[in-house]
Amino acid sequence: MFSAANLAAIVLTLKLASVVTLLLLLIGTPIAWWLANTRSWLKPPVEAVVALPFVLPPSVLGFYLLVSMGPNGPVGHVTQALGLGTLPFTFAGLVVGSVFYSLPFVVQPIQNAFAAIGPGLLEAAATLRARPWDRFATVALPLARPGFVTAAVLGFAHTVGEFGVVLMVGGNIPGRTQVVSVQIYDHVEALEYAQAHELAIVLMAFSFATLLLLYAVNRRVAALGA
Amino acid sequence: MTALVARFRHCYPGFGLDVDVRLPARGVTALFGPSGSGKTTLLRLIAGLEKAADGYLTVGGAVWQDANHFVATHVRPLGYVFQDARLFPHLDVQRNLEYGLRRVPPASRRVSLDGVIDLLGIGPLMHRKPDRLSGGERQRVAIARALAVSPSLLLMDEPLAALDQARKQEVLPYLERLHDALEIPVVYVSHSIDEVARLADHLLVLDAGRVSAQGTPAELMARDDLHLARGDEIGSLIEATVASHDDAYQLTDVVFPGGRVSLPRQAAAVGERVRIRIMARDVSLTLAAQTGTSIINILLARVTRIAEAGPSQSLVALDLGGTAILARVTRKSVDALGLNPGLAVHAQIKGVAIL
Repeated sequence: MFSAANLAAIVLTLKLASVVTLLLLLIGTPIAWWLANTRSWLKPPVEAVVALPFVLPPSVLGFYLLVSMGPNGPVGHVTQALGLGTLPFTFAGLVVGSVFYSLPFVVQPIQNAFAAIGPGLLEAAATLRARPWDRFATVALPLARPGFVTAAVLGFAHTVGEFGVVLMVGGNIPGRTQVVSVQIYDHVEALEYAQAHELAIVLMAFSFATLLLLYAVNRRVAALGA
Repeated sequence: MTALVARFRHCYPGFGLDVDVRLPARGVTALFGPSGSGKTTLLRLIAGLEKAADGYLTVGGAVWQDANHFVATHVRPLGYVFQDARLFPHLDVQRNLEYGLRRVPPASRRVSLDGVIDLLGIGPLMHRKPDRLSGGERQRVAIARALAVSPSLLLMDEPLAALDQARKQEVLPYLERLHDALEIPVVYVSHSIDEVARLADHLLVLDAGRVSAQGTPAELMARDDLHLARGDEIGSLIEATVASHDDAYQLTDVVFPGGRVSLPRQAAAVGERVRIRIMARDVSLTLAAQTGTSIINILLARVTRIAEAGPSQSLVALDLGGTAILARVTRKSVDALGLNPGLAVHAQIKGVAIL
């Protein structure tokens, strides 16, 4: 049904989105927990940094990532010293870029879920002998589950849907960094409209189905909570 | 015997707390005072949910906080009942109860879960989620959950305040059963004089972050200088014994040192101890014994003190012969009757409430 090149792009995109979503949940959860609970003066600056991808053109973020991960950038120096080479135009580079770009979509739902729990139930758990980690695992995590579902879906979908950062950081190497959105652009440039349409309709259907699922689940959760 | 020694000094924005108290090892100690007096803060400091800059706390001889140590809440062997129950919404009643229990080593479990479930009458609720419970049921489950960890100290923060009158009446008897059944000292925060009168053995009055008085409820409630109960709510609490029942008129007589009063027929058996409360506004005074009055409780009393209670009102402290009560009369009446300490009067009591 799909051409080999299109199929490769789809597989790569799914792989990228899965890895990025997993990493975002691991990185985003402690950031969200800290933001939901801190009274530090650092909270507003950290929130602003996390939210930057909401407003920045992807090309700006991609540009700075490219420069910093390049052979002469600070991140590039570190990765080269570790023997990893440089990240731009590799799958790892794509992952790093996507993590930054999708971070707010994951942090904010989790942060809101944690904030909604409030300190009351965690205090109650403390009076019932639960240690801090225990309280987090048995009270905060289960109660924040709808936030995690939203975060994972949005993080995954947003990574699938990105274009600018991927193009800047990953380039357009078939099978290695050529994801669906870039592939579509390629097809259009080459006036292969049928090929472009094949992928575009898949992305459209995927995005619609994802959002439909998300809103349907949220409505059910809201109804259960009422 | 002292169970708890607490010294805390801490400044919060707009409010300072400075207390130095010793609480008895047995029975219910009520922390009483108006909102903002620091009751809940003191309870949270005892629980370690807040940390005073300058604090010293020992419970049953164990140091929970001093200059060098601060024992974290989850290590303190206490039970805490919050005003808003705070049941875990994702767990059913059974798993809420087991949450704390499972974290207590078996060797330290002294309270039987079945006994607690029985005591609070929550057996039929075990498989319900908290959002399917009424306010009163939720609070009973919260109390059971706190007891299930076999605490050495039970802290209760206005457990009835969030309930309406009917729900209060539903939960209060369980609290009384608890009081009778448990050996655990209880610190009970309340701003309701009714609850204090029914439950407390020892009373600590807080005002603006400081302890303004402490003693037994009966002692403190007979003192007119305390803002125990402002305005209309001031009254006296008397420990009495049921003396007899009058079946024809459906009345019950109770006796206490210096007096005997009749009240509507009570279920309590003859010889049983009861607490009665006489509101100052329900006591009027006459110089001569009245005849032809509908009031059946008239007691001979001696005036011990007169205090002003507002522009037109006075509070008259009376000694019935071993028991103190208060009467609220107008200043005009004080002058008209020539009331003075030492004067013998007849106290007409319009209403007696059994608690």
